[in-house]
Parts: sequence; structure tokens; C-alpha cells
Amino acid sequence: MGLGLLFALVVIGLWVMTAYNRLIALKNQVANSWKQIDVQLKRRHDLIPNLVSAVKGAMDFEKSTLEAVISARNRAVTASAASGGVAQVAKAEGELTQALGRLFALSENYPQLKATANIQQLQEELTTTENKVGFARQLYNDVATSYNTAQQQFPTNLVAGLAKASPAELWAIEDAAERAVPNVDLKMG
Amino acid sequence: MTEPQNLFEQQESNRRRSFWLTVGFVLFFAWVGFGGDLAWYLMSRGPAEPGGPVPSPHTIPLVGFVATLLAGGICWYSWKQGPDRVLWATGAKEIFEPTSDAEQRLINVVEEMAIASGQPRPRIFVVPDSDPNAFATGIDPAHACVAVTEGLLRTLGRDQLQGVIAHEMAHVQNLDIRLMTLLAAMVGAIALMSDGMGRLVRYGNVGRFSSSGGGSGSSRGKGGMPLALVVLVFWLITLLLAPLVSRLLAMAVSRKREYLADATGVQFTRNPLALAGALEKLEAAAEPTHTITRGAAHLCIVDPSGGALSAQEGAVGDIFGSHPPIRQRIIRLKGMAYQWAKQTGAQTGA
Repeated sequence: MGLGLLFALVVIGLWVMTAYNRLIALKNQVANSWKQIDVQLKRRHDLIPNLVSAVKGAMDFEKSTLEAVISARNRAVTASAASGGVAQVAKAEGELTQALGRLFALSENYPQLKATANIQQLQEELTTTENKVGFARQLYNDVATSYNTAQQQFPTNLVAGLAKASPAELWAIEDAAERAVPNVDLKMG
Repeated sequence: MTEPQNLFEQQESNRRRSFWLTVGFVLFFAWVGFGGDLAWYLMSRGPAEPGGPVPSPHTIPLVGFVATLLAGGICWYSWKQGPDRVLWATGAKEIFEPTSDAEQRLINVVEEMAIASGQPRPRIFVVPDSDPNAFATGIDPAHACVAVTEGLLRTLGRDQLQGVIAHEMAHVQNLDIRLMTLLAAMVGAIALMSDGMGRLVRYGNVGRFSSSGGGSGSSRGKGGMPLALVVLVFWLITLLLAPLVSRLLAMAVSRKREYLADATGVQFTRNPLALAGALEKLEAAAEPTHTITRGAAHLCIVDPSGGALSAQEGAVGDIFGSHPPIRQRIIRLKGMAYQWAKQTGAQTGA
């Protein structure tokens, strides 16, 4: 009788330990993948001035579009620095993506862009940066989802309080057009 | 897809299999060594003939000790140096600083896929071969290497390259690379040893047995010789079959993994059609990948022998192909794309 009780206690104790550790591991993964997004966003922000100065000469007439890109970029930088939470960052980055999309669409009207020597390299650089942001976001959302699922499922939810687990905010994409990673093509087809 | 496992189970299974592969490898060498000693002992034993040479039984199992030690050494070497040896054998060169746009693109794509899979960025190699192919090697994700041929860089578009690299990162993540690399190293070692031992038997021991025991076979103890023959025959059979069996093992182990890596890779890129397109192009390149030898065939994304076997469907391909038929893989990928389109279509439609 006493032995049975002891056994049950040990089993429960072991289970609590495993569940707790799993939640902590997932929590750290979420934090880590958020860091990865941060790194990639910074890359993106650093690249945009280069892009603007590269196309400025050819696209002098599109001042307003270029300015929109720059101001969207600056707002995104502020949002990242303020670390105001996933929603704000996602919103600012979404606006930046849209501004970039307009710029790329307009760039099709300027065949002379193709002649610029480093435009190909810049294009590859931009493509990979956009992809990296996209994949970092995808990883973050995947990890955050499994973290959220784990802490809400029974019986792990009983330990969630102990592990100080709270649902991680997903990086939602509101705009359907933004769902697809923007197609960076400065070459005209 | 064939084995509905989660990532953790895949990793566990690969760790376990790598361990047992190593154990089995040492045991096999021990058998070859000590079995040889036993056969030698049984042959050299036997009552002394009156007037004949005094038999000096082979009592110290020296071959066994040497073979076991050697196997231990090879295992240690395979774990430490396996990936480097595999890369060395293909003549792959590591890219530190990109020297061309294509190499820059490769680095970028690998970095993208490292992010998507949540793994550290692997070391990147290019194999000087005009046939498109790719493989990954390494003992763990932190020290993984991804290698592609020059032909691959030339042939594939960016999205297709991404699909191929995602497939390789899937191998890295689920620790297939460890098992595959150890297999490559050990299959090679077994083939070598079988060769060497066979030569030793042909020119060494057997010759001595027949010359010393030739005329006196009938007068030897009746219990000794048949047993000795059975052991010897059994020993020779294992020795002769070992290279074949180990290669079949390598292929069987790799075949299922390709579907799984395709599926995991698609989870990274979310773009099944790109990988399908890449596989179509790889299939169309019928020319064999010369730099990649048979021993490392199972590491590659498509069979480097020129596609003769990976085109085979049915029993022959099932037993001898190191890869599932490419057609089947493409069909599965297109199926995924269809499912995907249906799901997302339903979501936006609602």
C-alpha cells in the first residue's frame, strides 16, 4: 500500500519533470527562432539603402516610391528596436514588403537598370534576404505553434503554469499578396 | 512518407543504427579473424604421423586479435574522418569566399535552407563534375557538409537548387548523414578486407594446408578434418558474400530515406514542384557522375551510376537500386503540390 503510493508519486514526479523540461526547451526554441528573424530583418534593413542608391539614378522620376520605401524601412527599424512585440514588427515589415513590391513593379519600366553592373548581385542579395526573412518567419511560426499546442494540451497544460508558459504570438500575415515571398526581379523579361 | 516517423524518432533510429552498424562491423571483423584462426587451428591440428613432421598447432589466435584491433581502428577513423574521406574521394573543394555568382547563389541558398530547417549552416563544397548531383555528409548537424557538382549549379534554377539543398538539409537534420557516411566508410573497408583476405587465402594458408596435409589426409583424425572443412567453407562464404551484403545493406537503408528527405525538404521550401522539376532535370542528365564512386552512391540525391537502376521499377530496382525510381519520387512530389493547392485554395475560397 505505502509502496504503491510511493511508486505512483515517483511516476507522477518523473512525468512532471519531463513535461516541464519539454515546455522549457520549446520556449527557448521560440526565443531562439525569434532572434533569427531579428538577425535577418536587420540584414534586410541594411540592404535597402544600397538598393535605393543603386536604382536612384535610373528611377529618378519615381521619387515618391523611393521615399515610401525609405520611410517604411525607417519605421520597420524603429519597430524592431522598440521590440514592441510580434504584431507591431509584423505590421511594419508588412508595409515595407508592400513598398518594396511597388518599387520592383515600377522598376520594370526602366530597362537601363539592367545595364548597371552590380544590379545582378544586388538582385541575388535581395532575393536571398527576402527568402531568409520568409524562412525565419516560417520556422518561428512552426516552433511557436508546437509550443502553443504543447502548453494547451491535456495533461501538459497542468504544468504550463509551473513552467511560466504563455502562448507565443504568431507572425500573422494579413495581406494575401504578402503571403508569397516577393518576386525580386530587376531584370526585365 | 513510407515511415511515418517524427523527427525525434528518425534521429533516434539513426543514432541506434549507427551504433549497431559499428558493433556489427567490429563483430564481423572479429569473426573473420578468429574464424580464420579456428580454421587454421583445426587444419594444423591432428595426430602426428610416425615419421611425419611434428604438427605445430596454430594455438594463438593472432589473426583474430589483429583483425579486431584493425576493425576498432577503422571505426574510430570512420567516425573521426569519414566525412573528410568521402569529400576527398570525390575531389570536392570547399567554398570559403565565392568566386562566381553561381557560388554566391549556392551559399545564399544553403544559408536560407539552414534557417528554414533551424540547423547551423553546413560547410559548402563543390565537386568538379559536369553531371548534376548533390550529397551531404557529416557525423552531426553541427559539423555537416553539403556538396554539389558544378553541373548541378549550371543546370538548375534558383528554386530548384533550393529544393535540392532542402533535401540535403533534411538528411542533415534527421542524422541520415551519420549512418550514410559510416556505411560508406565501412562498406569500403569491407570490400578492401575481403579482397585482401581472399588473396591471403589463395596464396598463403590454403597453399600451405594442401602441401603439408595433401598426402596424409586419410591418416588424420576423422573428427578434425570435416569440422575444419565446415568452418573453413563457412568462413570463406562470409568473406566472399560480405562486400555484396554490405552494399545491399547500404542501398536498402538509403532507399526509404530518399522519400522521407524529399518530404521533409518540401516542408522547408513549401515548394514541391521545384524539387520535382530539379529531379526531372537530374533524371534527364543520363551521363554518370564519374567522380562519385559506387561506395558513396547511397549518399547522393540521385543514383550517380547514370540512372540505369534508378529508372528501374519493380523487383530489380527494389533490391539493387540505391535510390527509389526518380519517376516515383516526382509523382509523389506532384501529389504533394496538388494537395497543397487544394488546401490553400479552399482556405482563400472560404
